[in-house]
Amino acid sequence: MKLKFIEEKVAKALMLFSTFLVFAFVANILYTILQRGLPALNWDMISKVPEGGYFNGGGGGVLNAIMGSLYIVLGSTILGLLVSIPVVFYLNVYLSKKSKLAYIARLAFDVMFGIPSIVYGAFAFTIMIYLGMRTSLGGGILVITLLIIPIFVRSMDEVAKQLPKDLLDATYALGATKLETIKVVLRQIAPGIATATLLSVGRAIGDAAGVMFTAGFTDSIPTSLNQPAATLPLSVFFQLSSPSADVQDRAYASALILTLIVLVISLAGRFITNHFSKNKI
Amino acid sequence: MTTQLFGNSAQHLDQTSHPIYKGFFSNRKKTEANNISDSKKTVYKFRNSNLKVNNLNVYIQKNHILKNVNIEIPDKKITCIIGPSGCGKSTLLKTFNRLIDDTEGVKLDGKILIDGVDIYDKQTEITNVRKKMGLLSQRPCPLPMSIYDNIAFGCKIHGIHGRKKLNEIVEEQLKAVGLWEEVKNRLNTPASKLSIGQQQRLCLARGLAVEPEFILADEATSALDPISSKHIEELFVELKKEYAIILVTHTLRQALRIADHVIFMYLGEVIESGPAEEVFNNPKQELTRKYLEGAFS
Repeated sequence: MKLKFIEEKVAKALMLFSTFLVFAFVANILYTILQRGLPALNWDMISKVPEGGYFNGGGGGVLNAIMGSLYIVLGSTILGLLVSIPVVFYLNVYLSKKSKLAYIARLAFDVMFGIPSIVYGAFAFTIMIYLGMRTSLGGGILVITLLIIPIFVRSMDEVAKQLPKDLLDATYALGATKLETIKVVLRQIAPGIATATLLSVGRAIGDAAGVMFTAGFTDSIPTSLNQPAATLPLSVFFQLSSPSADVQDRAYASALILTLIVLVISLAGRFITNHFSKNKI
Repeated sequence: MTTQLFGNSAQHLDQTSHPIYKGFFSNRKKTEANNISDSKKTVYKFRNSNLKVNNLNVYIQKNHILKNVNIEIPDKKITCIIGPSGCGKSTLLKTFNRLIDDTEGVKLDGKILIDGVDIYDKQTEITNVRKKMGLLSQRPCPLPMSIYDNIAFGCKIHGIHGRKKLNEIVEEQLKAVGLWEEVKNRLNTPASKLSIGQQQRLCLARGLAVEPEFILADEATSALDPISSKHIEELFVELKKEYAIILVTHTLRQALRIADHVIFMYLGEVIESGPAEEVFNNPKQELTRKYLEGAFS
């Protein structure tokens, strides 16, 4: 057999192996969560807030953390979109490809991308102390927004960079101002926005370190932005720290809930992405 | 070039001896060539569009792209800009609607007067200039929205919002490009689902919807199949009753078929311009003659 056909076969085998490896990890994690979490999962877990002594084996559930996480994700995603869409639009429509400002901005976002969330948390915490704020849902939303803005900007930016010049030219040729092209640009990069949102939601809902100092932890569901909020990752952390095996199992159940939420959001995101990309040229 | 190529009688056409002209003029309808009477013109549009280029020089990153261009574009005719690739045809076209402004490192001097107004004057509102110049690019580039919205988009940005009015415009413009019958039942489907020829006609309709005075076409048929291409050419011939059409073309055949006025460019200079009959039959310049004979392309 000729060498190039052997190469083809070996390369294909390696690719399959890599893919399998990734699947194996995911499957392993899912198996662990399911094996330990599923028996502990019951309706109380998702419908009740922790009762007294929950972390020592008492009754109740993690509704506080579920709601806290959802509030934080919802708030930070909306805030993040509101900040990053104008940034991406400005970088790609108003600034030229060779613009120094665009270069520096992109570099800054790349650096922000790599900053660990605990640093954002500590940074926000010092500001909160300075302002005399307590740990609160609002603080958590702000710090998670900071955390996901670079994800939003960089992933949307990569898609927006591919904007066909012809498309912008065609829009300008109709007499549109740069601002008026936003409708065209947004529709064209809609799949990118959806992907960016999914990535950000995944990061936002799974972050523990950023919210530890800023959102705090509480056994009740926050009713205003000034109140502290519990989050699922922290809830998992606290339950897992317990010496009691029962409580540890509940940690896995909470992780299962978190995974299911991410799964539902991803599926919904896929559906919405397909819906929005139908117009893309 | 002694042969009379562009006569009024059929005999003259048959006498064309040069191989590249064979059969080019035989399809040409007599009525199409400049024969629209003045009275008919006024019925279509009262205005008289006028585009004049005075001493235009364009530099892009120190390259002298357009050199001392002086031309005038006649209204209600098809003006073809011909010339070998890289001669600045497309750049010239881009200066007309100021799309060249976005090019990196561009410097421009000279004047382009549209209806007597210098479009590069600081007072001139750029979007008004572009509204006057409909653009049809090489590859059809529908907006990422439905067929209906593709046409309504331009109207909306110029302040037309009423549903009824928009419906009328969409229907009128789609009829103008012969697309109405093909798409009237699926106006809300994405424009990207249309065939490439249909997309190009949609782009033309989209341009017409903002009521331009000029239609700028940059090799608008080169990406299309022969039938769609013919369709667009026929539309141009129809549309020149109302618009001044400026067509950059790479195919000499196309220029021969539909041009009323020809501008020949070479290395950034306008070598020759004039009525199509004159330029094609009796080119004054040696270069033009060589190009028409196919000595280079």
